[in-house]
Amino acid sequence: MAKIIVVTSGKGGVGKTTSSAAISSGLALRGHKTVVIDFDIGLRNLDIIMGCERRVVYDFINVINGEANLKQALIKDKRIPELYILPASQTRDKDALTIEGVEGILDELAKDFEYIICDSPAGIETGALMSMYFADEAIVVTNPEVSSVRDSDRILGILASKTKRAIEGRAPIKEHLLLTRYDPERVEKGEMLSVQDVKEILAIPLIGIIPESKAVLKASNTGTPVILDEHSDAGLAYQDAVARFLGEEKPMRFVHNERKGLLRRLFGKNREDVLA
Amino acid sequence: MSIFNYLRKRNATAQVAKERLQIIISHERSQRNTPDYLPKLQEEILAVIAKYIPISHDQVSVHLERMGDSAVLELNVTMPDEVLA
Repeated sequence: MAKIIVVTSGKGGVGKTTSSAAISSGLALRGHKTVVIDFDIGLRNLDIIMGCERRVVYDFINVINGEANLKQALIKDKRIPELYILPASQTRDKDALTIEGVEGILDELAKDFEYIICDSPAGIETGALMSMYFADEAIVVTNPEVSSVRDSDRILGILASKTKRAIEGRAPIKEHLLLTRYDPERVEKGEMLSVQDVKEILAIPLIGIIPESKAVLKASNTGTPVILDEHSDAGLAYQDAVARFLGEEKPMRFVHNERKGLLRRLFGKNREDVLA
Repeated sequence: MSIFNYLRKRNATAQVAKERLQIIISHERSQRNTPDYLPKLQEEILAVIAKYIPISHDQVSVHLERMGDSAVLELNVTMPDEVLA
């Protein structure tokens, strides 16, 4: 039975697509057959983050409208054998997404795949609602910042009331908090909400902390999911998050600021640079 | 040491962020499960009371609270002093 996971946040720019790319890659690297779907109709970006933007022929909406079959629209990742991408449509309006259409595609994918990752668009419009409607689990991507935390709480409310599981009164969607762009140094200075603060406010279990990292931009520049940058802090943090998602126990890393010696402070490079 | 603590405290805006979030989120959560008709209901009750007693909007509050499998509709009207006098 395939598991449907929505990656959501409410607020834009917090790292949903980066996280969708990293987590789907991480699951596939561990041998689980995984497909990642872009629900951001009209503003597709998962393809460019995954580095397959030039291989898009058919998209999600083409399949819903019967203009192509799933096999034609799915893009097989060139680096990871068990990974497939279903791109969003770039031109058509988001009303093309219907519950029946999405359900049909998810049902067909469920026959073939172990994990279906739904990359939600920002906001709470049709695309976002469709991406979470059929979910079994939700990864709520949050930045340690007031607007992001508030929007995440709003999304948690929607997950608990407007999704199929909620409407049918089945077991609720399993929620995970993924804290991204975390800067332990600023937290220690009292300038940024800490992981404890965010956990206390949102009251859902933490699946990972992704540190603010230069590796993320570097990865998106080249169209490589950051989890493949095995030496970067963000890559390691995503690997840990995937391991926890699969039920492994992993201590949280990148929670504390590593104190730099005076010489390293003066002459050293940033941690990410040294490792990369 | 004390000067460091002083500087740190001055920059410690995270605490402010946390307190503001706790207040707004608890408010928004309490609104989340109220039915859509509640504001309209409040308006109409206010209109009825205002026919008899001079009263302003903020003197009437309507709350719906769930207790197990039943719900309690609570109506609070603050009477102006001159009515009681």
